Order: sequence, then structure tokens, then C-alpha cells
Amino acid sequence: MNEINPGLILILGALLIPLLPGLVRSAYMLLLPVVVFLHLYGLPVGEAGTITLFGLDLVTLRIDKLSLVFGYVFLIATFLGVIYALHVGDWVQHTAGLIYAGSAIGAVFTADLLTLFVFWEITAISSVFLIFASRTKSSFSAGIRYLVIQVASGVILLAAMLVHFRSTGSIAFSSFDVTTLSGKLILVAFGIKCAFPLLHNWLQDAYPEATVTGTVMLSAFTTKLAVYALARGFAGTDILIPIGATMTAFPIFYAVIENDLRRVLAYSLNNQLGFMVVGIGIGTELSINGAAAHAFCHIIYKALLFMSMGAVLHRVGTIKGSELGGLYRSMPLTTVFCMIGAASISAFPLFSGFISKSLIMTAALSDGYFWTWLVLLFASAGVFHHSGIKIPYFAFFAHDSGKRCKEAPLNMLVAMAIAAALCVGLGVYPDPLYAILPYAVDYVPYTTEHVVTQLQLLIFSALAFTVLMRTGIYPPEMRSTNLDTDWFYRKAGVEFARAAARITTSLRDKLADASTGLVRSASLLGHRHHGPGGFLGRSWPTGTMAFWTTVMLGAYLVVSYLR
Amino acid sequence: MAHDEDHKKFETPAHERTWIDYPENVTRIVYALYAVCAGLILIDPLVHKHGPFAIEHFWGFYAIYGFIGCVGLVLAAKLMRVVLKRPEDYYDE
Repeated sequence: MNEINPGLILILGALLIPLLPGLVRSAYMLLLPVVVFLHLYGLPVGEAGTITLFGLDLVTLRIDKLSLVFGYVFLIATFLGVIYALHVGDWVQHTAGLIYAGSAIGAVFTADLLTLFVFWEITAISSVFLIFASRTKSSFSAGIRYLVIQVASGVILLAAMLVHFRSTGSIAFSSFDVTTLSGKLILVAFGIKCAFPLLHNWLQDAYPEATVTGTVMLSAFTTKLAVYALARGFAGTDILIPIGATMTAFPIFYAVIENDLRRVLAYSLNNQLGFMVVGIGIGTELSINGAAAHAFCHIIYKALLFMSMGAVLHRVGTIKGSELGGLYRSMPLTTVFCMIGAASISAFPLFSGFISKSLIMTAALSDGYFWTWLVLLFASAGVFHHSGIKIPYFAFFAHDSGKRCKEAPLNMLVAMAIAAALCVGLGVYPDPLYAILPYAVDYVPYTTEHVVTQLQLLIFSALAFTVLMRTGIYPPEMRSTNLDTDWFYRKAGVEFARAAARITTSLRDKLADASTGLVRSASLLGHRHHGPGGFLGRSWPTGTMAFWTTVMLGAYLVVSYLR
Repeated sequence: MAHDEDHKKFETPAHERTWIDYPENVTRIVYALYAVCAGLILIDPLVHKHGPFAIEHFWGFYAIYGFIGCVGLVLAAKLMRVVLKRPEDYYDE
């Protein structure tokens, strides 16, 4: 029992869900993450579960501080996701959701690349059902695009593993050298799942298309599994610093003008991942702790934000900023929970984002990464601006849309309440989180300097929002689509394929016309000479031959006289 | 677009209004925000900053940077809309 990967228990356990009826199923789903947690808690630190396959050593279980912190928060997210989805009767979503969670947990606890690849692909295949489950045409298309990109990430990982094995003779999942070919390939595979700039758009494309409950699960696992994988494989890799800084900055511009509020959250998810990637790139004990702590807090507050927006979508039937407003009357509790999530992602003092992001900011500041620090500071102000203020403001306040609905269902409220309590709890008392981080923590988040400078940054961002709103400069929420990198494969690629098809079709027609003409004229020519009445096909009367023979003989006679 | 205009026309019925629905109260909140901002700027010299960059020690740096950053963010995003905005059904076939 001590050799079994906890993720495997969750995956196998999820397979029983379709067989169970109503209440039994609910109880079973709530119990499953608890059982897995107890199993994980009892596992000794170290590597186990070694299987030798075709001469390869697969190490299917590795318990250490880095894997544990991600494992714990993945289980918390699973538990919250289950509570939030209890009202859903669709067993496909429950099964897919728990297999997805299980495969992400499985991937965190493996120590070799082949097992990682297997879990990596299961996360892709299981999670796509959470998108398909919306059962709309657009969700189906988005799901297919998502699946292609996710599976491609796995295929690149597999190719990288083969190259890595050829050159080093090992498939261990440890740190990789980015200067080698295999290192570069592995970084790309991880980078796709981590939504690196230009590889990011599957996230904003697919997550808002998933079901209300599916998006909550999706937001927790795929990208944070990639963050874990980067922290394991590429800690201290310099290139990650500019990559991460770019990730923090550019999605917030999109978030400001995006109308679908779940898509706004997908952009800010991307921005938060950037902070973690910078932390991993800096690679000191402080910054790796920061990346892990931020992933932990982020999973919870991001799930909370997606839960609150999901509750609005569930009750109102739309999540477009242009159609919402004034919902605080109908959904007061959801409003409060959403604002707690918003304060957490904005890293307000006393909320969870503050005690985790400070570690990364301090690492960038004290290690002298001037430009990175400036970009992160800008992104911190920006995230408050578009996630912290825009999300609650346009959904629950702003201009009254006239929409009235019921408060969110009880199970949703319970899930949001637990997540909100965790956000505040971690923010007020971070020591339990600091205690499980990969390295010993020697850091005090609550100093006058940190609190005052952070408040200055945030309150003046709020001032900017207020001034822009009251002067009418702030761009209104509009029904629109904003072009992102998916344009290249959803529009340019399609147009290119269509144009290519048009050109080849017309070329083929021309070629066919030309060759038909050629054959026709050849056959006409043949017909003219060899057909009935043609010069060479004509029948000759025997008299003609006798006549020509007489002419020849006559000519011969004349010639012989002349000699 | 017709929908957006309908949306703007809606007036909250008087019996459903709460404190925050009255414009004068929103103005009060805004004044409170100005006061907090002023306070945060004024106490800045009292805070000892440890960072290595000179710019951080400039009076009110975080406040100014946050404000300018957000205004710049919104203006840039408005410009992006000119280039990137398409109808909602742009990708529909």
C-alpha cells in the first residue's frame, strides 16, 4: 500500500461513480479526496513504487516537500470542486473531473518521465469532457482545439524523453539542462501546459466554454501541474524570468477589454502563472518557496473567483459584463465571496495572495532584477484593476441590469465559503503554509514597509479606476470578440486552407480541361486520318492499284528507252 | 447593440434601492477613497524602505507608479480595441 501513487487511487475510485445512485454517489465523491488525503498523509518521504519495464526504471512514487505542497492543494481543490458540483446530475462530468484531478495528482508524485507522460495525457483526455459537457457547438469546437494542443504537449514530452534517454541513458524526472535539445523540448512541452506567451491561448479559448462546475476544476490543475513540473525541472533557468514577466503583463490588457467575465478570469489566471514562472526562473530558496506558496494560494482564490462567476452564470444564464450589473441584491453572499477572492488575487494585506506574492516580489527586488520587478509591480496593480475591481464591479454593482435571480445553490455557497475562509485564514495566519514549503522560510510578510507600499500601489490603482470611470474614459463592456493568437488557427489558418483548396481546385480543373482538350484533339487527329473517310483509313478499289502499277511500268519503260 | 441600450434604460425601482444606489453616497465613497490616498502619500516618508533600487525610495513611488500604470493600462487597452475588436459572432460559421 505504501507504494501506490495517490493519484491512481483517485482515478480508479472515479471509475465507480457511474455505478452509484444519487445520494450514495454524492457521499462517495466527498469521501474519495479525504481517503486519498489520508493515504498521502501516511506515505513516507522518499521514492517508491519502482517498476522495471523494457529495461527502463519507472519510479511511480516520489514524496518530498515540493510534490507534497502541490499534492495537498490539488486535494483541497478536488474537495472544493466536488462540493461545488454536488447539484449536477451528469455522471460524465463527475467522473471526468475526478479522473482529471487524479491524473494531475498522479503526475505530481511520479519521478520518471514515462509515467509523467502517461498522467500528462490523461489530464488532457479527461479534462476535455468538462468542456464537451456544455453540449454546445462552440464548446465542442473549443474542446477539440484544446485537446489537439494538450495532446501535442504530451507528444512533445514523449519525443523529448526519447532524446533525453538516448543522450543520458536516464528517464528520471529531475532537473534538466535547457541548453540541450531534450531540455528545450521538455521546456516547450511544459510551456504549452503553463500557457507561456504565444502558447497561451488554449486557456482563454477553452476554459470559458466549459460547464459552470467544469471551469472550476480546470482552473486548478493543468496549469499548476505545469508550474510544478517547471519548478522540478527548470528551477533557476534564466530564460523563465523574461517569459514569466511577459506572462504577468500582456494578459491584463486583454482582461480590461474582455466582456466574458470568465474569460477575464482566464486572462488573470495567465497573469498569475507569470509570477510563479518568474519565481522559478530566479531559482533561489526564497523565490521557489514563493512560486510554490503562490500556486497554493492561487488555486484556492482562483477557484473561488470561478465559483462566484459560475454561480452567476448558473442563476442568470449569462456571464457577459455588458448584460450584468446590480446583482448584489439577488446574490449578496456570492458577492461577498467574490470580493474575498478578488481581494486575495489582488494581494491585499490580510488575504492569501499577499503572503505568497510578497515572497516572489521580495526575491526579485533583493536579487536586483530591476526591470522584472517593475513589470511585476505593474502587473500587480493591473490585476487589482481588472480582476479585483472589474469582476465584482460589473457583475454585482455598476448599472443595475434589472436582472433578479435566486442566491446560488447551497452546495455552491458551502464550497465558496470554505474557499473564502481559506483565503482569509492563509492571509491572516500564513505559518502553516510556510511550514510545508520546499525550503525553510525565514520571511515576515507583515512589515510596515510591505503593507504600506502594497496598499499605496493598490489604493492608487483603485483611484485610477474611479477617476477613469467617473470621467467616462474607462472602456465600456461591449459585446465583442478580441483577437488573440487563436486568430492564426481559427481565422488565418482556415482562410489559408480555404484559399489553398480554392487554388488547387481551380488548378485541377484547368489541368483536367487541358488534358481533356489534348486527348480530344489527339483523337480528332487520329479520327481524321484513320477514321472512316480519313486519308489513311480509306478503302482503295483494286482498279486503282492496277492503274498505278501500269503507270509505274510505263514510267519504267520510258526511262529504259531514254538510257 | 439594441440590447445594450435596453440595459442602460433600466431604472432600479425605488423600493429596491439601497444606500449604495444613491449617487450622493457613491460620491461619499469616492471622497473617502481620496482621503485614504492622501493619507497613504503623507505617511510615505515615515516608512523605511530596504530595497536596492533608488527609484523605490522616491517619495510616493508605489502610489504614483500604481496610478500611472493603471491609467496607461486602460488607455493602451482602449487603443487595442481599435485593432483587435471584432463582432461577437466573428468566429461563427
